[in-house]
Amino acid sequence: MKITFHYFIILVTAATFMSCKKDNYDPPKTKLSGKLVYQGEAIQVEYDRVPFQLYQYGFGKTGAIGGTFAPDGSYSMLLFNGDYKFVIPNDQGPFIWKKMPSGEPDSLSINLKGNQELDIEVTPYYMLRNAQLTAGSGKVSASFAAEQIITGTDAKDIERVSLYINKTQFVSGANNIAFTDVSGSSITDIGSITIEGTIPDIVPAQNYVFARIGLKIAGVEDMIFTPVQKLSF
Amino acid sequence: MKKIFQFILFTAVMGAGSCKKDKDFLDIKPISILDNESAFSDPAQVLSILADLYNRQLDFSTFDDWSTFADFSESFPSENGRAYIVQRTGWGYGEWGINWFDSYAYIRELNLFLQRCEAAPNLSDGDKKRFLAEARFLRANFYFEITKRLGGVPLITEPLLYDFKGDPSYLQHPRAKESEMYDFVISEAEAIKNDLPADVNVKSRASKGAALAMESRAALYAGSIAKYGATTPQVALPGGEVGIPAGMANDYYTKALNAAKEIIDGSAGGYALYNSKPDLAENFASIFLDKNNNPESIFIEDFKLKSGKVHYFTGWNQPRYGAEEEEGGRINPSLNLVESFEKLDNTYAPLPVEDGSGNPIYYTNQADIFEGRDARLSGTVILPGTAFKGRNVDIWAGYQLADGSILTGDDRGAQKVLPGGTNPVQVVGFDGPINAKEFTAQSGFYIRKYLDPAPGGGSRGTSSEVPFQRYRFGEVLLNAAEAAFELGQPDVAAGYMNQVRARAGLIIELTAGDITFDRIVHERRVELAFEGHILYDMKRWRLATKVWDGNKMTEADLLSNIGKATKRNTQPYALWPYKYHNPSSPNNGKWIYKIVLPTLVTGANNFQLGNYYSFIDDNVRSNNPKIVRQPNQ
Repeated sequence: MKITFHYFIILVTAATFMSCKKDNYDPPKTKLSGKLVYQGEAIQVEYDRVPFQLYQYGFGKTGAIGGTFAPDGSYSMLLFNGDYKFVIPNDQGPFIWKKMPSGEPDSLSINLKGNQELDIEVTPYYMLRNAQLTAGSGKVSASFAAEQIITGTDAKDIERVSLYINKTQFVSGANNIAFTDVSGSSITDIGSITIEGTIPDIVPAQNYVFARIGLKIAGVEDMIFTPVQKLSF
Repeated sequence: MKKIFQFILFTAVMGAGSCKKDKDFLDIKPISILDNESAFSDPAQVLSILADLYNRQLDFSTFDDWSTFADFSESFPSENGRAYIVQRTGWGYGEWGINWFDSYAYIRELNLFLQRCEAAPNLSDGDKKRFLAEARFLRANFYFEITKRLGGVPLITEPLLYDFKGDPSYLQHPRAKESEMYDFVISEAEAIKNDLPADVNVKSRASKGAALAMESRAALYAGSIAKYGATTPQVALPGGEVGIPAGMANDYYTKALNAAKEIIDGSAGGYALYNSKPDLAENFASIFLDKNNNPESIFIEDFKLKSGKVHYFTGWNQPRYGAEEEEGGRINPSLNLVESFEKLDNTYAPLPVEDGSGNPIYYTNQADIFEGRDARLSGTVILPGTAFKGRNVDIWAGYQLADGSILTGDDRGAQKVLPGGTNPVQVVGFDGPINAKEFTAQSGFYIRKYLDPAPGGGSRGTSSEVPFQRYRFGEVLLNAAEAAFELGQPDVAAGYMNQVRARAGLIIELTAGDITFDRIVHERRVELAFEGHILYDMKRWRLATKVWDGNKMTEADLLSNIGKATKRNTQPYALWPYKYHNPSSPNNGKWIYKIVLPTLVTGANNFQLGNYYSFIDDNVRSNNPKIVRQPNQ
């Protein structure tokens, strides 16, 4: 039999069609999303600071799928359908996440069968309310009310209150162009706290800044914040 | 018929030939592999096995990679590829972790060495004792290094063997308590110290001094974790894998003091502070360079020219102008560190840049601003206006003109015309500083520690044989001082501190009343700068979350509270010299200084509670579910 060009064409075509079959798994498509809430109110945190973990049952390995909450307290993940448990590791976040008697963090079971929205209910040490931020004449003025949620033996003091100003919408201790601290001991009425910060020169010039107020709780690493606001001036 | 006879004969010969047993025929000893017995038959042979084990020790800062010296705002990394060090806002939890597999492979080989050496019939008792003690030292020191990073880990002291029956769970060991790790290091040191030579000249191999120095440092770490761990109660695990109960602190401090005392009183050999050169800064720099008659170094990682084991630390970091290679200048010590060196009257002060009313201070000579400071400053840092290898460094950022503007260039040694002049003149130093120009002195300083002044030391072809000091007598004195202070003996502490300080020219003695925690912290920072201590010290005092708190530093932060243990240190600042140009002024041609934050510095060090103990990989915990997760991660 003579090998002609035809055979070659046929071979290549056949091979091409056969390889149309996917040799890979489908990517995860089910979206799990939600936000951190206390009684329906969103809790604002710092970018990339408050982690959570998802464990999927049934795969031998015990490692977690990890992620962090966005500054507005939201999270979202693309996953496969299945049974999961949701955990916030110990001592993370400006709130209390229940622990088991053994010291392990308590977990939330999630049965994922399609896109799901799930808000994570936690108990923060403090809530920040009625934040009013205004910018003008080179300054940002802010006022807000703090409410102590956790009282009794687990109650914690306010270490300080900070006003952060940044060029971009990532505003925190790590990302800012200016900040002002007010120590907790100098606050007389937590129901009405005012704080003021100077806007430094911005290069290249822009006529707006982003600002938010953070509250540092004594003995807790992560701060709780007010929503980021864009302030034009 | 004749054919048949031939066939029978042939078969008979073949049969007779195969009478030899299979075993004799097939079992031939390979000539390229030594079996255990012959490997452990000759002391020189054993030493070469041990040499490989020595080579695999772990250090935080190592000459293999200059950037291991560069973090924590003690310096600015002047290589654009490493600028991330000053741009990140914190460290991942996995930072400073270990390679689990390699580490336990190494521990297994140490355990095998111990087992085989113990069983070797042909070694003399004296040789065997020393080899065994050396391997145990290496194992203890390695576990100590892991403990500093991870806290308690499975403490394996026997070679483990898998039986291939499909169930490896009997090989899964849980993490030991952190205190058990330190107890192990301390008890090993006590057990082996008398089997090791008490000889000051044994430096690259384990000696009695090395074992005791390791013991004193380990006990000190354990004591401070017990004491200061109480300030961060979240950094602990219920099983004690992380965290040590506060009640154990005094016991550890006592052990640390006793081990240090044993070295100081000479029972481990004639160790002493290095004091051979009349110039104190030169003397301090020589601790790290002098390989002969150096009574200070106790245990080193040694290097040797033309042996293959050399390093290029000098080439990476030498002053670039006129260097042996057209490169260098990578580690630029920060102003944060430079200003923390005391004045000779034992007080702290920022470098005087401005007078009381805010006008710049004019200096006739560039180096005058650093006058009257701790000699360790110019022993550790190459200052503007001083020399390396007999050649002055050319560090200045430009001309300050009378109208307040600055004339500078964007290339090393750039030339421009001065106002009133006709010909272009040099307007910036050949060593910089130039913003974002890598390999120039972007902080205004170069590192001096370890820089090899020998000809060829900074060239690729020759490189350097300057050793890395793992344990040295100066640290032992500071260990003793800290332990004594924590045990309520400030007078004893002052005695040890004063020895170290007198060597640096600080001859006004500290009294018992002067010794505070801040003093202890400060003394270690300046004496042991760039020796791989800063992270572990800050961790064990639980200061890391305070000094690296993630907030950007202001100039006010920089200039205040110098010498305070909790002083913020999140961004490396720079000090740039300028030449004053104003022909009508008496200050024409004099030097002024400006404090600047290099523009590449955009991040701020943020040490989180989860950074105290490095992340253990999920795969490791998956393979061995008995290993518990680190806290706060």
